[in-house]
Amino acid sequence: MKTWISGTGQAVETVGAWMLGVLWLLPVIFAFWSAFHPAEFSTSFELFAPLTLDNFARAWSYAPFPRYLMNTFVLVTLILGAQFILCTLAAYGFARFDFFGSNVVFALVLLQLMIMPEVLLVENYRTISSLGLLDTIPAMGLPYMASAFGIFLLRQSFKTIPKELVEAAQVEGVSAVGILWKVYVPLARSTYIAYGLVSVSYHWNNFLWPLVVTSSVNSRPLTVGLAIFGAPESGVDWSIITAATVMTMSPLLVAFILFQRQFVQSFMHSGIK
Amino acid sequence: MKQIFKLTYWNHVNGWLLVLPAVFMISLFTHFPIGSSMIHSLFSMETATRPSTFIGLENYAFLMDDDIFWKVLKNNLVYSLCTVPLSISIALGMALLINGKIKGRSLVRMAFFTPTVLPMIAVANIWLFFYTPEYGLFDQIFAFFGGGSHNWLGNPDTALFCLIVMVIWKESGFFMVFYLAALQQMSPELREAGTVEGSGRWYYFRRVTFPLLMPTTLFVTVNAVVNSFKLVDHLVIMTKGGPDNASSLLLYYIYENAFSFWDTSYAATLTVVLVTILAIITIIQFAVVEKRIHYQ
Repeated sequence: MKTWISGTGQAVETVGAWMLGVLWLLPVIFAFWSAFHPAEFSTSFELFAPLTLDNFARAWSYAPFPRYLMNTFVLVTLILGAQFILCTLAAYGFARFDFFGSNVVFALVLLQLMIMPEVLLVENYRTISSLGLLDTIPAMGLPYMASAFGIFLLRQSFKTIPKELVEAAQVEGVSAVGILWKVYVPLARSTYIAYGLVSVSYHWNNFLWPLVVTSSVNSRPLTVGLAIFGAPESGVDWSIITAATVMTMSPLLVAFILFQRQFVQSFMHSGIK
Repeated sequence: MKQIFKLTYWNHVNGWLLVLPAVFMISLFTHFPIGSSMIHSLFSMETATRPSTFIGLENYAFLMDDDIFWKVLKNNLVYSLCTVPLSISIALGMALLINGKIKGRSLVRMAFFTPTVLPMIAVANIWLFFYTPEYGLFDQIFAFFGGGSHNWLGNPDTALFCLIVMVIWKESGFFMVFYLAALQQMSPELREAGTVEGSGRWYYFRRVTFPLLMPTTLFVTVNAVVNSFKLVDHLVIMTKGGPDNASSLLLYYIYENAFSFWDTSYAATLTVVLVTILAIITIIQFAVVEKRIHYQ
C-alpha cells in the first residue's frame, strides 16, 4: 500500500501554505505598519522605527470618525434587527404554511439574491427621495431589511424542525405565534448566528448605496467617511489615511480574530444549499 | 368537512400575512425598480427647460452608438473572465492545502480569510498605495531589480489589470470557505478506497474530488460572476473608472451617469442592460442545475 503523502511532500505543502498565508496577510500588515509609524517610515521598513499614535490622533481631529462609527453601528443594528423580524416571519410562512401562490412568491423573493438593491441604485434613489428619507440612516438600511438570503436560510433551517415537536406544542395549547417563538426560533439559533455575522460584515463594509443616499456627517457611515477622507484631492498625508483605514476595519477585524471559528463556519453555513 | 375547510382557509390567510411584510419590502426595492427602470429608459432626460417626454427606444439607439458603453461592457467581461476563474482556482488550491495535514492550519486559514472581512474601501486605500508611482510597494520591488517608475493606475494598459489582481486577493479566501465546507463533508472511506487502489493524488483529484466538488464550483462561480457585476466600490477610490474609462465597469458607469451627469434616463437604460445580464446568468445557472439533476 502506498502512503498518501510522503514526509517531504507534506513539509513542502506546509511551507507553501505558510508562504501563501504570509503573502495574503502582507497588505494588512503593511497597513498597520504605516498607521503606527511616522510618515518617513511608511515605505522604509526598519525594525526599530519609532512607534507612534500621532497618525490616529490627527485622523481623529481631521474628520468626525466617532460620529461615522456611531452611524455605522446604528445602521448595522437597525438592519439586523429588522432582518431578524421580517425574515423570521416570512421564513415561517414559507416553511410551514402551504398557502395559495407560495411557490411563485418564493421564486420572486429569490430574485433578490441575483439582483441586489445596489444594482438598482438609480430607481431606489428615486424611491428613497420621494419618501423624503435622503441623508438619513433608515435610507441606507431600508432596501436591505427584507433579505431573500435571510428568508432562504431560515426557511431551510425551519424545514428541518420535526413536525412532532410542533404538534406536541399544539396539543399543549400553544398558539401559532407561541410555536414560532418557543419552538422554531430557539432551534434555529445557529442559523441566526451565521446569518447575523454575514449580515453585519456585509453592512459594516457596504459602500456604494450609502455613498449615494448620504450627504452629511449626520448619516455617513465609516466607509463613506473614509472614502471622502482618503480622496487624493483632500491632500491628507498617506500615514494618516492608513490610520483612518485601520480604524475603519479594526472593529470587524478584532471581532473576526476573536471569533474566527464562528466567522468561518457562518460563511460556510451560509453557502450550503 | 367544514372544520377542514376552515383550517385550510386560515392556512392561506396566515401564510400570506406572515410573508406579506417581507414580500412588500422586497418588491418595493427589487421588482418595482426593475419595472420603473424599463419605463424610465423609454423617456428623455428631464432638464430645466424641457420636461421628460416619451421617446420610445431612442435611449437604446444611443446606447448602441455609445463607444464608452461598449468599452465599459468589454472591460466588465475581461474583468469577470479574469477574476472569476483565477480567484476560484486559488480558492480551491487554498482549500485543498488547508484540508491536508499541514501544521498551523487554523492560522493559515485565518490569513486566507482575512481580506473577506475587510471593507472594499479600506482594501482599495491600501492597494492604492501599493500602486503609487515610485514610492509604492510594486515600484520599490521593480526598482530593486533595476526597473523604473510606473504609473500603474494612470496607464490605460495596466489600470484594469491592477484592479483584477486586488480583487482576486480580496475574494479568494471567501470562495475557499465554500470549498472547505464541501471537502469536509466528503467521506473519508472514499479517500481510503483511493489509497488502496494506489491511484496517484492528481488522478484522484481529477477523477474523484473535482467532480464531487462540481455543485460547489457552480455555486461559487455564480456568486463570483454576480459579484464582478455588482461590486465597484474600489473604482471610486482607485481609478474613478479612468484613465479614459480604461478601468470602468458597468455599474460604475451607471453610477456616473446618474449621479455625476444626472442623466437618469440613460442610467435607467444601462440598468436594464445590467439586469438583463444578471437574468441571463440566473437562467444559465438554473439550466445547469437542471441538467445535473437529470444526469444523476
